[in-house]
Amino acid sequence: MSGASTATGGQSELISLDAGELARRIHAREVSSVEVTRAHLERIEAVDGPDGVHAFLHVDAEGALAAAEAVDRAVAEGGPVSPLAGVPVAVKDNMTTTDMPTTCASAILDGWRPPYDATVVARLRAAGLIPLGKTNLDEFAMGSSTENSAFGTTRNPWDLSRIPGGSGGGSSAAVAAGEAPLALGSDTGGSIRQPGAVTGTVGVKPTYGTVSRYGLVAFSSSLDQIGPCARSVLDAALLHEVIGGHDPRDQTSVDGPLPPVVEAALAGARGDLAGVRVGIVSEFSGEGYQPGVLAAFTDAVRVLGELGADVVEVSCPSFSYALPAYYLIAPSEASSNLARFDAMRYGLRVGDDGSQSTDEVMSQTREKGFGAEVKRRIMIGTHALSAGSYDALYGKALKARTLIVRDFTAAFETCDVLVSPTTPTTAFPIGERTDDPLAMYLADLCTIPSNLAGNAALSVPCGLAADDQLPVGMQIMAPALADDRAYRVAAAYETARASASDAGPRIPELRALETSR
Amino acid sequence: MTATVESAPYTVEEVCEQFDPVMGLEVHVELNTATKMFCGCANAFGAEPNTHVCPVCLGLPGSLPRLNGTAVESAIKIGLALNCRVRERSGFARKNYFYPDMPKNFQISQYEDPIVFDGYLDVPLDDGTTWRVEIERAHMEEDTGKSLHVGGATGRIHGADYSLLDYNRSGVPLIEIVTKPIIGAGVRAPEVARAYVTALRDVLRGLGVSDVRMDQGSMRCDANVSLMPKGATGFGTRTETKNVNSLRSVERAVRYEMGRHAGVLLSGGTIRQETRHFDEQSGTTSPGRPKETFADYRFFPEPDLPPLEPSRDWVETLRAALPERPWERRARIQTEWDLSDEELRDLVNADALDLVADTVDAGAPPEAARSWWVSYLSQQANTAGVALTALPITPAQVARVIALVEDGTLTNKLARQVVDGVLAGEGEPDDVVAGRGLAVVSDESALTAAVDEALAAQPAVAEKIRAGKTKAAGAIVGAVMKATRGQADAARVQELVLERCQ
Repeated sequence: MSGASTATGGQSELISLDAGELARRIHAREVSSVEVTRAHLERIEAVDGPDGVHAFLHVDAEGALAAAEAVDRAVAEGGPVSPLAGVPVAVKDNMTTTDMPTTCASAILDGWRPPYDATVVARLRAAGLIPLGKTNLDEFAMGSSTENSAFGTTRNPWDLSRIPGGSGGGSSAAVAAGEAPLALGSDTGGSIRQPGAVTGTVGVKPTYGTVSRYGLVAFSSSLDQIGPCARSVLDAALLHEVIGGHDPRDQTSVDGPLPPVVEAALAGARGDLAGVRVGIVSEFSGEGYQPGVLAAFTDAVRVLGELGADVVEVSCPSFSYALPAYYLIAPSEASSNLARFDAMRYGLRVGDDGSQSTDEVMSQTREKGFGAEVKRRIMIGTHALSAGSYDALYGKALKARTLIVRDFTAAFETCDVLVSPTTPTTAFPIGERTDDPLAMYLADLCTIPSNLAGNAALSVPCGLAADDQLPVGMQIMAPALADDRAYRVAAAYETARASASDAGPRIPELRALETSR
Repeated sequence: MTATVESAPYTVEEVCEQFDPVMGLEVHVELNTATKMFCGCANAFGAEPNTHVCPVCLGLPGSLPRLNGTAVESAIKIGLALNCRVRERSGFARKNYFYPDMPKNFQISQYEDPIVFDGYLDVPLDDGTTWRVEIERAHMEEDTGKSLHVGGATGRIHGADYSLLDYNRSGVPLIEIVTKPIIGAGVRAPEVARAYVTALRDVLRGLGVSDVRMDQGSMRCDANVSLMPKGATGFGTRTETKNVNSLRSVERAVRYEMGRHAGVLLSGGTIRQETRHFDEQSGTTSPGRPKETFADYRFFPEPDLPPLEPSRDWVETLRAALPERPWERRARIQTEWDLSDEELRDLVNADALDLVADTVDAGAPPEAARSWWVSYLSQQANTAGVALTALPITPAQVARVIALVEDGTLTNKLARQVVDGVLAGEGEPDDVVAGRGLAVVSDESALTAAVDEALAAQPAVAEKIRAGKTKAAGAIVGAVMKATRGQADAARVQELVLERCQ
């Protein structure tokens, strides 16, 4: 890890550039994709060890450089290349890849190499993006800190003693630390947006069904949604357009055009927000919210007002049911989705010494292969779906889900977008909440409603909290299939904040790592 | 009866003196779609293990089901043929339980909202009456893979050394057709059970949606049986006899369970609700593995598949295209061809009805067509050990052979040789006639000469015929047929022999 403490180790200018700018330079042959890829691989080498950020579970340097060479050849031959061709990308390790293991950060899948690429991965490859490796997550995407990874936690680049959020802490941390300009995450209850907020990056949960889930190892099928992680709103939109759109392999995939998110990001960055009706969700403030987070959020809302938006407060009373409903629906689906990990066909197998029955081998494998949080959710879900509990638990959660959808519908009648802090606090110290699942679950308080309703939502950085100098995110929610609205508002805000005097750094300097050395 | 039988079964007559039997029949049918229910793998029986598999039907992490539209169409057709209502909005559910041959450890099925429901089937019984079996529902689900337990005595999982798994069948589309309780059949309950499964098989075959081969497992029946004391209204405790795999076994299994239940109940015992296995050899049932715990399948809506909403137009198009019901068609054919009940039954049993119908459609008279298929061709199929439908001869070819007999080109004996030639791959009937030189010798002068020659060669026989013993003519006819290598019309030869001896 010595490289991280030097001024130059892994600190090429290339790692701080936006994906869009990297693509422009690669396509103009000002820099090669191989150089860009190598710069990011060096950065990973410098900062990503087990005591460093630890964003990656697997890095495929050879594959990445080969893919980069192919793009450079295509550029040299003058052929048409797609807008992000040649730009590196990190992939959360719950999406299948034929050339890299897919573990979901679980011992039960350690070493599994899928025979097929997830649709999003295939689309990355087809668009010439360069997959660098697979990023860390809470086991099977269950968690808000990556502390549930079987392979060790990821650390927040802004303060290595703190969590990077979760479950997609690896993807967001990689982007925040300059290890990758772009990453894919998956968001079931906030797993893209909450890590985005606490790492100072942009994280987008697209409308449910607009990005294929084929090849995303399912946690909760009715909630899971793949989306982009980036350092700018436009970069997120560019990646969004690469991965989005109908996929016949996913029957929950929306068969229609993707909202024009790149166009919206460009328009937002150029224009104002005159006439845009912004609703502040009044339920998402008060007790449990860190003052520095609320202050940064309030200031961000002030900026939206200055940009011409009509800011009002709206109440969504049913959102108070979102967290309990989520912790019934998601575990219920998970208990079924994770039943397939039974030692029969792939992954870990424990106790297969010829003396034990199939049931015993299955049971011992699941006992050893799953971590505590995964087991907790499988048990909660199994209970919630059981004959005596279904109506009182799972059934009631579905009803709450319907109420939440109605609250959104009503709010979107008077507002174009809704805003809230993305998560109630900044990044908390590693270990602080591991013994208190309910405290951990609160990290997703503001993000869960949009998963339950299936609408679009993103988190955009809104500076550092005054009380701890850690990143804060503003969540912008838009109706289903109106992702472009959220992008427009986010891009306008991002542009306004960048020109402000207190804009602050966009890439952390890995302070804790340097000071701890 | 062997000592292993729990109690001497009563006959159904004895049972029904004191009890009313109640049956519920669940029939699983594998659809014959080209591909599986949720992926593009071939739906084929008998391939090398694990050759028709992909991430979806292996349930690999990340894979998602994609519904086969033809399977939905087949399900709707089946429902319409069973007079069911088609649900405007139905959906899939997950049935959760662990079993190694089920790759996701849940089965995608339908639970509260099956695609078709509330119908009936009027089932023809042996005495010509019909019995209305009411249909509760028919729903879609995916089949599991197959476990092969190696070692041990029973081929069952207990005592096996190891098990092999074949996922070729995993994800094959199934329809499960469930009857409402069949009440009031009394002593005819076993017959009703068989007749229902038979009728169902015929309907499904007529629809062309399944191979309906009970021997290959593409149609499987679970028979629920209970008894209630005469006059009672509440049902007794039922047992479910699983995977009964022939029509005859359905009848025997119901009969056995009725007798066994009566034996248990009349000796003061109680029936345990359990699944049972039917043994083809002994005709008895035995308890399946007792379930240690109450099976809670934790059904919940399948989040990976959207609701199923077949349009009214589509349903009506399918309804309009439904084929004639097999027994209605049989009744029509019986009248048109003027068949006795027995002749019709022989045709059906020989699996020859469609073949004969097609032969008639190709221009042959029904009587001749029927005769060819149920006698000579059935014998050839038997000898070759293949199904009648698998013989390498078409109804059109049979019709041509019949036409050649009718116009006098062939005798029946020659016609059989022509058929042999077609079966041997020698081409069309006319090719065989030409190739083998099989046309009848119809030159009268040549035949007369042959007759005279035979009479001259056997003067004693000729004398007997002249003395009026016409039966003796047979020897001369035989000699003439031999001389003409069978290519003469034996009846005409007989006439000539008698003429020449007058």
